[in-house]
Amino acid sequence: MNLKTILTAGAICVAGGAASAECAFDNTVPLRSLTAGFEAWKAVTDAMAECGNFEANLDQEFSEKQPEAFAANPALYQIGGVANSTMIPLLTAGTIRPLDDLVAKYGQNLSPNQFIRVDGKVMAIAMMVNNQHLMYREDILSDLGIAVPTTYEEVLAAAAAIKEAGVVDYPIGGTFMTGWNLGEEFVNMYLGEGGQFVDDKNMPTINNEKGIASLEMLKALTEYMDPEFLVSDSTYVQQQFQQGKIAMANLWASRAGAMNDEAESQVVGKVKMAAAPMGSVAPASSIWWDGVVIAANISDEEADAAFRVAMEGLDAEMVKAHNDASVWLIPGYEPGELAAGAAATAAKGALPYPASAAMGVMHSALGNGIADYLTGAKDAQTTLVDIEAAYTTAAKEAGLIN
Amino acid sequence: MKFKTFAAFVGPSVLMMLLFIAFPLVKVFWQSFNVTQPVYETVEVEKCTPGFLTQICTTEFQTIPQLDDNGDVVTRTTYVGLQSYRNVLEMERFWTAAKAWSWSGIMTIDFWKALRFTLMFTLVTLPLVVGVGLLIALAINNAAAAIRGPVIFVSLLPFIITPVIGALSINWLFRGDGILTALLEHWLDRDLALFAQAWTIELMMMFYRVWHVAPFAAIIFYAGLQTVNQDSLESAIIDGATRWQRLRLIIVPHLMPLIIFVAIIHLMDTYRVFEEIVGFRSQGYVISLQWLTYDFLTPDQAGNRSISRASASAMLTMIGIAVLLVPLLKRTWRDHRGTS
Repeated sequence: MNLKTILTAGAICVAGGAASAECAFDNTVPLRSLTAGFEAWKAVTDAMAECGNFEANLDQEFSEKQPEAFAANPALYQIGGVANSTMIPLLTAGTIRPLDDLVAKYGQNLSPNQFIRVDGKVMAIAMMVNNQHLMYREDILSDLGIAVPTTYEEVLAAAAAIKEAGVVDYPIGGTFMTGWNLGEEFVNMYLGEGGQFVDDKNMPTINNEKGIASLEMLKALTEYMDPEFLVSDSTYVQQQFQQGKIAMANLWASRAGAMNDEAESQVVGKVKMAAAPMGSVAPASSIWWDGVVIAANISDEEADAAFRVAMEGLDAEMVKAHNDASVWLIPGYEPGELAAGAAATAAKGALPYPASAAMGVMHSALGNGIADYLTGAKDAQTTLVDIEAAYTTAAKEAGLIN
Repeated sequence: MKFKTFAAFVGPSVLMMLLFIAFPLVKVFWQSFNVTQPVYETVEVEKCTPGFLTQICTTEFQTIPQLDDNGDVVTRTTYVGLQSYRNVLEMERFWTAAKAWSWSGIMTIDFWKALRFTLMFTLVTLPLVVGVGLLIALAINNAAAAIRGPVIFVSLLPFIITPVIGALSINWLFRGDGILTALLEHWLDRDLALFAQAWTIELMMMFYRVWHVAPFAAIIFYAGLQTVNQDSLESAIIDGATRWQRLRLIIVPHLMPLIIFVAIIHLMDTYRVFEEIVGFRSQGYVISLQWLTYDFLTPDQAGNRSISRASASAMLTMIGIAVLLVPLLKRTWRDHRGTS
């Protein structure tokens, strides 16, 4: 093969990459997106990029930038990636547009389950769901003759048996990092107990037996965790699993794929998925969705192009290529073993994350306040009283309470 | 110098200072006495979110900000006096705890918890930075001329590293079974969890700060050492003064203005300790005043942020620095008057 052939072949490859045949149309409008940075978003934005003239910004701090960027006129990004809670500021500020017209025009391949409706109008197109559910080392549990735990009492009993056997460093892993992660752990427990975070007047309602029960369960779990739990985020717990240091964790469905990643994991095929342990009322988990929104402050032509490009990102081909990257809502997805836990959690009646402006404040107050209970600086009652006080101060300042 | 020339030289700098320091400061001061909020209304909203096969639709009351004709959120600004300061300081809880002689009670209030750590961090690292800095400077000064360049370079390295990166690398070295924790565990033959209690984290933070800042002090002191009067040193040697006496009675007094300079800079920097908290992810155990400001300022996922409390907290931090600097500035002022 001479040099000319190689160069020609190379040129064809490059051209093929830039204007891939996979995109149904050639996009001529310059578009930008701002989304979170995890695996599923990478798959989706890569697929969007195939249409050309598209710049993806994958940023884990997206939620701090989106409200301002979408409030600008014209908006700095045409396409946004949001979840239950991060859609709230965009929605309330009116910086994202209703998509009904565009859905009618280009959304033939969407399943009705993907429409996020607010007051009857489609405001976002969901692409995936995510929740925290039980992941466990099947080999360890079957060796010790322990049934897969379905409640947190059973998780504790299993943890005690695993500790006794001494097969791993720590029986349980948990995303207990102070801040958002720890707040989310409480939210899961409290939803599982059937609790309500705020009332119709936005006053806090967590100081009750359900709140105390949730706190006590969190503390009981920490007894079986790495003592450095207050600095453990999802990635750290994922790594603990991959390195065979823990046997069970209530971890995000989006992390399931990493357990079988042969480049990183020493426990390929050994980690199995199950429903989140039950609380008194529902599984101790909350269902999240991630999806696409289109900015309001852009021209209709731009919105048109943005929506078409987004549809290319959310098509069946993308799902086929990245089936295990997430629990997709997109038609064409075939739930594998890794999605079993997320599906079972939802089937048992896990509640959606109760996103609202007040819940944002509550989540922060919880995330900052619970550590004091886990370190033993405060008792459960005082902790809840203090969290309610912190919430009230912040909510008053935000104008949510008069 | 003619006034015109003076103005031409100073003008740009003054303009920049006004633009980037004075005006923001005035704005922060103003914000700390006022609260700007969206005007909310409560409406009934039907929301649909995806389930696994079908959607879950719920109707609930939601608090939603009003929009004006242009689609912007309507906001209202009210003067609240010292309310934001009260919210940060939480004096009522402080007095209740103080009257009960409950130190742990005081330590559950964010501001006082942060103040305790910030002050301790500042005051413990100060003598260490000055001491270690002086030691490094003396070592460089006494090193043979041939290796002096490399020695200066190596001792400056910690100072060149970006603070957050430095803190992160210490975090990774010690976190979980990090290299150094594993080494310590092997050496002490016991299981260690350095990020599982406050005091070990604080110790690591102080170690990191001294390691990071001492080279700055060293390079200042090294410059000062070049101007020590050699005659006095020689006569001291002839008089039979020991190395220690020469250091204490000649070198340190000579370096005193520089020591005060380093102390002032260090107090100002350290009172704003922040990188360590973020880098060590210590907020579950230890927080600082600057981190508290940052935390107020960080929007939650629904986009709420506490700008007024952040402003109040920032003003309080500034007041704190001013109070700390008073004794040092008084001393400098006295010296200044003495010499002129």
